[in-house]
Amino acid sequence: MFKLWLIPLLPFLGFLINGILGKKLPKLAINAVAIGSVLASFLWVALVVGPSSDWGAHKLHAHYFTWIASGNFHVGWDFAVDKLTMIMLMIVTGIGSLIHIYATGYMDHEGGYYRFFAYLNLFMFFMLNLVLAANYLILFVGWEGVGLCSYLLIGFYFHKKSATTAGNKAFIVNRVGDFGFALAMFLIVISFGSLDFSKVFAKAPGAPVETLTAIALLMLVGAAGKSAQIPLYVWLPDAMEGPTPVSALIHAATMVTAGVYMCSRSAVIFLHAPIAMETVAMIGLATAVFAATIGITQNDIKKVFAYSTVSQLGYMFLGVGVGAFSAGIWHLMTHAFFKALLFLGAGSVIHACHGEQDMRQMGGLKKYAPWTCIVLACASLAIAGFPGTSGFFSKDAILTAAFEHAPWMFWVGVVTAGMTAFYVWRAFWMTFWGEYRGHGKPHESPMVMLAPLMVLAVLSLAGGFLFNVPEILKDMFPLKEEIPEEHMLMGISVAAGLIGIALSWYMYVVNQELPGKIANALGPIYRLVDDKYRVDEAYDAAIVEPLIEGSSAVLWKAVDAGTIDGAVNGVGSQARGIGQILKLIQSGNIRSYATWILAGSVVIIVLMGLAGGAH
Amino acid sequence: MLANFTPTASDILRFLPETILIAAGTLMMVLDPFLTASKPKFFGHLSIVAFLAAMFAAVAANGDPGFAYSNLLIVDGFATYFRILCITIGIFAVFSSYHYLDREKAETSEYHALILFAVSGQCLMAAANDLIMIFIGLEISSIASYVLAGYLRHDKRNNEAALKYFLLGSFATGFLLYGVALVYGITGSTKLNEIHKIMAAPGISLVMASVAAALMIIGLGFKVSGAPFQMWAPDVYQGAPAPVSAFLATAPKAAAFAIFLRIFMTAFQPIASSWEPILWMMALLSMTIGNFAALTQKNVKRMLGYSSIAHAGYLLVALTSRSEIGVTAAMFYLAAYALMNIGAFAVVIHMAGKGETNVQIDDMAGLAKKQPFTAAVLTVFVLSLIGVPLTGGFFGKFYIFRAALESNLVWLAVLGLLNSAVAAYYYLRLLVVMYMHEPSEATEALEPLTPGLRVALVLPAIGTFILGILPGFVLNFARDAASLGK
Repeated sequence: MFKLWLIPLLPFLGFLINGILGKKLPKLAINAVAIGSVLASFLWVALVVGPSSDWGAHKLHAHYFTWIASGNFHVGWDFAVDKLTMIMLMIVTGIGSLIHIYATGYMDHEGGYYRFFAYLNLFMFFMLNLVLAANYLILFVGWEGVGLCSYLLIGFYFHKKSATTAGNKAFIVNRVGDFGFALAMFLIVISFGSLDFSKVFAKAPGAPVETLTAIALLMLVGAAGKSAQIPLYVWLPDAMEGPTPVSALIHAATMVTAGVYMCSRSAVIFLHAPIAMETVAMIGLATAVFAATIGITQNDIKKVFAYSTVSQLGYMFLGVGVGAFSAGIWHLMTHAFFKALLFLGAGSVIHACHGEQDMRQMGGLKKYAPWTCIVLACASLAIAGFPGTSGFFSKDAILTAAFEHAPWMFWVGVVTAGMTAFYVWRAFWMTFWGEYRGHGKPHESPMVMLAPLMVLAVLSLAGGFLFNVPEILKDMFPLKEEIPEEHMLMGISVAAGLIGIALSWYMYVVNQELPGKIANALGPIYRLVDDKYRVDEAYDAAIVEPLIEGSSAVLWKAVDAGTIDGAVNGVGSQARGIGQILKLIQSGNIRSYATWILAGSVVIIVLMGLAGGAH
Repeated sequence: MLANFTPTASDILRFLPETILIAAGTLMMVLDPFLTASKPKFFGHLSIVAFLAAMFAAVAANGDPGFAYSNLLIVDGFATYFRILCITIGIFAVFSSYHYLDREKAETSEYHALILFAVSGQCLMAAANDLIMIFIGLEISSIASYVLAGYLRHDKRNNEAALKYFLLGSFATGFLLYGVALVYGITGSTKLNEIHKIMAAPGISLVMASVAAALMIIGLGFKVSGAPFQMWAPDVYQGAPAPVSAFLATAPKAAAFAIFLRIFMTAFQPIASSWEPILWMMALLSMTIGNFAALTQKNVKRMLGYSSIAHAGYLLVALTSRSEIGVTAAMFYLAAYALMNIGAFAVVIHMAGKGETNVQIDDMAGLAKKQPFTAAVLTVFVLSLIGVPLTGGFFGKFYIFRAALESNLVWLAVLGLLNSAVAAYYYLRLLVVMYMHEPSEATEALEPLTPGLRVALVLPAIGTFILGILPGFVLNFARDAASLGK
């Protein structure tokens, strides 16, 4: 039919070829395989699947094989394409191709070149499975798979200890999220007897509200893990230890938005669970503000954009939570454009400054890297919501919907928008204006890196009116009626963005002493924010330490005291007579074990005797 | 009637797998004086032939299901499933032993004979319909296992492991035997299907029946290394020769779960309400102790020992849900569990070196750089142990927790899933040292993979993927078998 299987299979073949033969292949061949496979899958989507299905208006469904058939419970390896999937496919394969091209330039001098592209292609495979899935289990396969690749790629610079730690942190925090998702799936199976989207969504409106609320909240746990929302956001800023193209592709444009996608996909369930919706909106809003404040104080250019990503994901959840699913997806798309651009631009800046990431060691780069400066300006305008840019449309759609839901949410959103504009432009001025403060002579990046940036710059500027997502998705998510305050709201949010930009100009270009003075005046508050509210430390103290301490001190002493060492407790070293064996029995080890068994046995026998008597 | 009993053809066929294994084991001991020096690997090859013949016999017997030898045995899908599983494990145990025995200069006929005897005991357990037969099967398997654990007589660790295993194992078997006696006292029968009928009838003394079930839970709980009877497992797996640990962690456990499932889903099924809470607690305790104690381990074998306690906990969750779905889930999980553990242990065998000097987690450092293939295969097993999709471990867990939720064991499922989130941490450490650390002395000096180990690595890896991607065949077989003749 449309051979939907080709879409994920092509990157998978790329993974196999580079993964198995990569060590022996020349760089040119590795590039051709890596880029070619993703590009081919983009072209297949854009030239064949898209046009012939009228861009998802004719829903496609393909069943490949039955994965589980147990009684009346069936799960198949099924793909489906509708308009929502189509948008995701275009974003994932399109941005994916651009970032693959960029990466061939960026990773040129790195070791393990083939391994990097093999992982990147494997990531594409799982991500495409995730968006093509026609049931929750296939979606979960993609969900876990992208997590695994993210782990591999964060730890790519494994000689850096911080990178390994960050990879572990990402994996483990995501396990907490997956735990929620898994429970949600089980509840769905029990309540609806199926994991197929079509069957579940058909039955969902008739299910009890409590069940739907429980499912939706558990899904939110999963989404909060993958999409870095409070309280599970802690892994994402650390994940920037990975190579910059990875930050752009996985930790900004695609994987981290999977939570937003899943919630929108499950809109039917969420819409029938008002409490869950309210929770989504609150968590989204809280994350947006919280991460934005941290973004203001960071000096590492990638960290600024990392917190910005957390904050923008919060916006998307706000949109989903107030019922504006299509606005959330719209922001997902525009964010993919401008945030991928910001990260790749940051990569270009880092490249220019010979690996430096501290913005205090940059400055004046507009002279040395003019193209990077221009494209980053486009992205910064877009994220600040400058009128006409892509970010303007999607952010406005979310804020308007928030206003209709609860005006205070709108105002908090506006303040956040102001902060966003401020810290992104702060980064811009610190990087490109003033005098160069670093070492060596900075240089512009090669064309292979700049070309994808320019494409993304165009999309960041024009992507908003080129692709009117709410209009495209109006069959799935009905458009909201216009409200009279619309223009005023738009004016307010634009003003907030402009004020943010102006303020950053004043503080970081005109009056450069001011930021230091403010920081001193605020004292402890500033330090608290600068330390990211010490959330990591709090998690360590409250969860990690007790776990490790508990298992090494308590459990180790109580449960794991015995070891096999052959010398102390073991059979004596010289003679192996009966006396030695007796000594072993008397050495306490076996006796204490036997005591355990006896104690356990007595408890079980008594309990069960009592239970039997009670019936 | 019994005086002039002659077995029918069906009787013989239904007991054929055990007969073949025991005959082959005995033959080996007899041939030993003539052959040892001339053909060092002959006994291993002979074992594999015997195992394949026994597997063929098990499949053939399944074509003629029913009782055998006056209802002492029963051949049904359930029995066949576990017979095939234990025989498969036996085959992998032989493949992973070739190189090890060669390295330790310890190739003898009794090693292989003991494995054959152990598996024959396990097959008998799988097909037993009578508490006495179960006991005999269990003892055949256990005694062979005790000896195997201490196989390298000059190794102190082996001695300690064997002695601990033997003393504590006998202690636990005592409880099981008391349970059997008590059941006979209450019901006047040792046949599971008859006990089921009497237990279901009104007028049975629930207190005595529950105490009998408790005694059996203690005995079987020890054999499956469920908490609070788990302490022996890490010590024994750490102390025994690595291929024996691989065998002990899988085959006896699968067989013990087979009888655990069969006894509690048939004989004690009518009094389920009194044993369910105990198994609930055992399941939770096993998962928690296993996973948390594994967090701090430095020795790979010991870590896998604790991990096997945690997996016993997941399996007990399936048993606690006391439904056919639960039995299916447990059966499926045991297959996945066996494959991933054999594979993981095979890598340990490969890495250990002469005298098993390199069995710390840190000894695996940089394996991916030196032997990317070995590292990749171990990664498959580790991912399956974590429970990542597309591996057998994922589906196993999925089914178990689904069964638990369908039986309304919500808290057990929630706590179990949380447990499996914790578990990711210590499995992940293996991946980190393999892929992200510089090669250790142990990995620098590593020999290439031998053909035998290659088989014991690759086939389980393929099996792990098949169970994860195309679970249908195994799952359907398990589902059809899970009704246990009801």
